[in-house]
Amino acid sequence: MRFAAKRDHSRIPLPVRPGTCTLQVRDLGVTMEEDVILHDVTFQLNCREITALIGPNGAGKSSLFRSILGQMPYDGSIKFLLAGGYPSRPKIGYVPQSPSFDRGYPISVLDFFAAAISRWPVFLPVPKDLRQRVEECLTRVHGQGLLDKRIGALSGGELQRVLLALALEPIPQILILDEPLSGVDVGGEHLLLEMLDEIRQKYDLSILFSTHDFSTLRHYADKVILLQQTILRQGAPKEVLGSREFQSVFHLNLEEEGGKAP
Amino acid sequence: MSFWYWLVSFLPFEWAAPGTMLFMKNALLAVLVITPLFGLLSTMVVESRMAFFSDALGHSAFTGMAIGALCGLSQPTWAAVIFAVVIALLFTLVRQKTRMASDTAISVFSSAAVALGIFLSTLGGQSFTKFNTLLIGDILSVAPKEIALLAVILVLLVVLWVTSFNHMMLSAVHQALADSRGIKVVWKNFLFTAAIAVVVTVTMTWVGLLVINALLVLPGAAARNIARNLSQYHLIAILGGLVCGIGGLMLSYYVGASAGASITLLLAVWFFVTLLLRGTQ
Repeated sequence: MRFAAKRDHSRIPLPVRPGTCTLQVRDLGVTMEEDVILHDVTFQLNCREITALIGPNGAGKSSLFRSILGQMPYDGSIKFLLAGGYPSRPKIGYVPQSPSFDRGYPISVLDFFAAAISRWPVFLPVPKDLRQRVEECLTRVHGQGLLDKRIGALSGGELQRVLLALALEPIPQILILDEPLSGVDVGGEHLLLEMLDEIRQKYDLSILFSTHDFSTLRHYADKVILLQQTILRQGAPKEVLGSREFQSVFHLNLEEEGGKAP
Repeated sequence: MSFWYWLVSFLPFEWAAPGTMLFMKNALLAVLVITPLFGLLSTMVVESRMAFFSDALGHSAFTGMAIGALCGLSQPTWAAVIFAVVIALLFTLVRQKTRMASDTAISVFSSAAVALGIFLSTLGGQSFTKFNTLLIGDILSVAPKEIALLAVILVLLVVLWVTSFNHMMLSAVHQALADSRGIKVVWKNFLFTAAIAVVVTVTMTWVGLLVINALLVLPGAAARNIARNLSQYHLIAILGGLVCGIGGLMLSYYVGASAGASITLLLAVWFFVTLLLRGTQ
């Protein structure tokens, strides 16, 4: 089901940096069966910026993503403004959270990719030109060698790269990644983050990703948003990671987890 | 049909002689149409984890037949098709709303449907025996007109597959991803479920309710063991279905057993062969 973003013209827009496109989220709230999942969430994503979304489990990160993707009803407004301030409907690329593919499913990366980007029915052999197109898409993430591998046989990092390549076809204006680093080893992690850095320069898009890995944030994120039902703190990585809010949210959680341990 | 009879007469079997055993020739043609139909469906059934659900659909198709017969329709099949499609729609919605893929819920659906079917068909002390053919199935009773109907369904299914397979597959493999690419997941799920419903209901008379689910699962399950990509997967599922279908029909002719059961047995053997093949790879 799709829900159009509610238009809200009564408010004065947040200041826009000249020459960049922005996604503006204002007073976003999500309620599910009388539970408040999110409330009063206001932030802005700029092109060419990497924003990391952090917060404990159940903080509402996935709901925030789904609201931006238009897969969930919400209050408040989500607006996308092109450079110069013209409102537009953003093209969003989405990399879902470590999807578990059945290891036994005989579907190759090529089949999967071709099914998503073309009309060619992939239960028939994939024609050459489509194969070439998929290969080009995979080259963007240095994954051209994965073409004929079975999806179920990919490593965590390889799968993330394939899904990233898919989210980049067609090239979006906003790229959203749900926990792209989970299930990826250290080497794969750096490769993936380097790639995101390269992509935002090359394609002029804004990137929003959620993570539980704080060690890499200082290097790769321009901005960090600390979320727990609402935004507790946002700003430069150093500022957020050193804040009292960050301490209290994750300290509290450590205690809880410690309490559960036998 | 006369072209088909002429073609078959070249086969070196006693029943293939011109002018004899027309029912066997009809059955052979029907198998040639039915098995690709089930082969195509089976890979999606296996990957969507709908094996159990398709079984439940078969049961509700039987209930539809009973309702149709009760209403005095001469062609209860059409009532059954409508009933099964309605069940398919209901189930898709329930699955979506509650996100349950649970075997318990399917089992509730299935038992309720089959109980209702038996209840209605035995109401007022009627005998159940007239429904026995539905349980066992009799492919030898298929008439040329009915084969034409099956062929039309096969063509429709191929058209549906060519236009919708990609989206149905993505919806089954990863719903959130399909959603984010603008695929109407619920609608695709319904289309697929309805396709199963129609095929199961229409072929039930000839294949038999008790073994029909085997045809929906085994070709895909066997092909899955040895295929490396989707085109191989489908090719092997369809070919495996065809070969076992023809072989099962022959077997049933020479030993005098039910054709549906013979085909299923061969498919089961084929499944274990592929399982061994996978083990040696």
